[in-house]
Amino acid sequence: MAASESAREVVTLEMQGEVFAIDAHWVREILDMVPVTEVPNAQPFVSGLINVRGKVVPLADLRLRFGMPQSPPTVDTRVIVIDAMVGSEPTAVGILADRVYEVTEIAPAAIEETPRIGLRWRPEYISGIGKLGGDFIIILDMEQVLAVGPTTTQ
Amino acid sequence: MTPGAPDPAETFRQEAHDLLIQLEDVLLDLDGNPGDRELIDTAFRALHTLKGSGAMFGFDDLARFAHTVENTFDRLRRTGAEPSRELIAATLAAKDFMRQLIQSPGEAEAAIGDGLVEELLRHGPAASLPETGPCGAAPRPAEPKEAPAIYDIVFALPPDALLRGTNPLRLLDELRDMGECTVAADLGPVPAIDGLDPERCYLRWRVRLVTRQPRSAIDEVFMFVIDDMELSVTTMAPEAATSHPETHPATDATSAADLIPPSTRGTAERAAAGSSIRIPAERIDNLMDRVGELVIAQSRLRQLAQGSLDPTLRSVSEDIERLSSELRVTTMGIRMVPIGQLFARFRRVVHDLSRDLGKDVRLVTAGEETEMDKTVIENLNDPLVHLIRNAIDHGLETAAEREAVGKPRAGTLSLEARHAGAQVLITIRDDGRGMNRQRIRAKAVEAGWLSEAGDVPDAELFQMIFRPGFSTAAAVTNVSGRGVGMDVVKRAIDGLHGFIDVSSPPGRGAQVTLRLPLTLAIIDGLLVRIGRGRYVIPLSTVEECVELSEADNLRSTGRSFLNIRDELVPFLRLRDLFKVQGPADLYPKVVIVTAGDQRVGLVVDQIIGDHQTVIKSLSKLHADVAAFSGATILGDGTVALILDVVNLISAGRIQEMRMKAS
Repeated sequence: MAASESAREVVTLEMQGEVFAIDAHWVREILDMVPVTEVPNAQPFVSGLINVRGKVVPLADLRLRFGMPQSPPTVDTRVIVIDAMVGSEPTAVGILADRVYEVTEIAPAAIEETPRIGLRWRPEYISGIGKLGGDFIIILDMEQVLAVGPTTTQ
Repeated sequence: MTPGAPDPAETFRQEAHDLLIQLEDVLLDLDGNPGDRELIDTAFRALHTLKGSGAMFGFDDLARFAHTVENTFDRLRRTGAEPSRELIAATLAAKDFMRQLIQSPGEAEAAIGDGLVEELLRHGPAASLPETGPCGAAPRPAEPKEAPAIYDIVFALPPDALLRGTNPLRLLDELRDMGECTVAADLGPVPAIDGLDPERCYLRWRVRLVTRQPRSAIDEVFMFVIDDMELSVTTMAPEAATSHPETHPATDATSAADLIPPSTRGTAERAAAGSSIRIPAERIDNLMDRVGELVIAQSRLRQLAQGSLDPTLRSVSEDIERLSSELRVTTMGIRMVPIGQLFARFRRVVHDLSRDLGKDVRLVTAGEETEMDKTVIENLNDPLVHLIRNAIDHGLETAAEREAVGKPRAGTLSLEARHAGAQVLITIRDDGRGMNRQRIRAKAVEAGWLSEAGDVPDAELFQMIFRPGFSTAAAVTNVSGRGVGMDVVKRAIDGLHGFIDVSSPPGRGAQVTLRLPLTLAIIDGLLVRIGRGRYVIPLSTVEECVELSEADNLRSTGRSFLNIRDELVPFLRLRDLFKVQGPADLYPKVVIVTAGDQRVGLVVDQIIGDHQTVIKSLSKLHADVAAFSGATILGDGTVALILDVVNLISAGRIQEMRMKAS
């Protein structure tokens, strides 16, 4: 018990064959794929809206944020609904994942500082790198990922 | 404290907020009727409560300040003096200062408070009588010379008196101060020790009091608890008093509530407060969301039932449909508040303006009971203040000018609200000099909005005053006339999906009517399809729907204009705007929408029909998408976007200008 006190509880997911983690305290629920309404002229990575229990929730495709190609949903595709702060406003946001694995704990010793180099992703999107069963997983900083700033439209 | 318990300081703030509103109301009433003693008593009680509760919750600065103001009113009560207009104005300012002390105690400047105290002392009645201590009760009037009377007083406090901070010992002490006093407590209602709630007040008291003071002095002791307590006062020996008009008949054991005239007002208010509860707006929004989900689930059930042959399922589905629609109406009703709350605030605005501008203004209001969505009402405050300022500053003449043309010296400003279908009409009317057509014209021509020779109807001409940069005021006053204001009004009303009509029959003043939807949470919409996406256009903005003729369709790549009864209307292809892929429908439709005097045609693939639209706002992630004002959830559970017509119209105008330029 003592060891897990400061352990980080995360939800692990897959995108483009890569394993990522989101701090579990952000996560509200995980849904199967739902019909998506497109928002014309929105930033590509948040170009959709979904209905989550009567609420209209923006759907973010992080693949586009990370420069990965978009891919059509499969039977494994899930929507992770998180409660994030967007521009200082608490907002529910849906995150597309190719697959959701599990809720797990990463011991603090297994979390390393973000190395400055050798990463394909912008370091500000990453809050740390964890080690889970010999594999490295990237823990995402959702606040940064969803930050509304200058648009990154191609 | 349990995590869910409300913050006591917050509770006090809300209570104080209500008290300050009540105080302002009473002060404004006093302004017109300074001799009304009941009003002075009510103001005094509000101030006393502010002081007492303020001290209890740690608002010490407020308590100290309120004490000074209270003293002024206490002196008014005791001397029978009438408050001067200056004193009322100073008290109003003091009220504003108290609000500041409550909201941001750290920022309120002590110097302002001191200045106000000085002002109050200067205009208040002479301080010839001793002041009351900070927590003491009002001192009794000077001892009359009559023979002492004997009173038999029986009283019981409400069970929660101790919780509310009433100290029965203090009440008894005050009675003792009045004269020779014998006190007996009735222990009858006190339960056995294991059933005893130490915070409850079980005791009754019987007091025999010999005093020279009038009967009314006894009532004053109980002044702050009178509404909820039992009190009976019986005179044992005839009271010699003759000089006290408010002395009660020799023997009365009436119910406490009608003992003191001022209490009648307080009781009514408190009763009203008792039957209503405060709910954070967030909870109502949550309820509204749940109801929205229910409506969606119900429409799925209906689809199932329609495809089924089971009559029981169908009848259950119909029941659910009826219930959910009733539930929606009821829930919407919770958000509705009477507009009178808003009108009451303007009394102060009018009072201050009429003083600042030296114009006599009579404010007449009607239709205060008209109910609107609370959000709409809150957003109406600023535009209405602008309109009122404008009417008083520009519309109404000075008393001398009015007399010269045979009008009564005091100008009349009327505020009226009423329902008209699904809209609420709010009218601001003044009997001043009216709108100056020549000047508006000249200004519009100067700004290039009108050609020199162009002839426009009044309604259209008056709309010019809502354009940015319009101001005809010859001199800039600090009240209005900086060329900002009316366009702000226009923008605010547009934001509420409302419209403004202006009329000014020559010589009969001016009238501005705001047409507003009942609520922001739900609108009637027109559901359309563009490509595979479905969108909602607010029905209030839709003028007509026409088919896009093949000729217009083909040549429109060069000129996107439509001939609607000999008027050119620019149109926007929403397919292009929304970058829709795939082939367009063979016979596109055009929805002509309008906002104010602007029109634009929106080309869509299909018009599906009308749709009751529960509006959901978009998150900040979509703040950069200007074409949509919100989203809604359709019957099948998918999300549809709501078009922002005002924005699309300006996009249409840009296109129009580009056309004209080329």
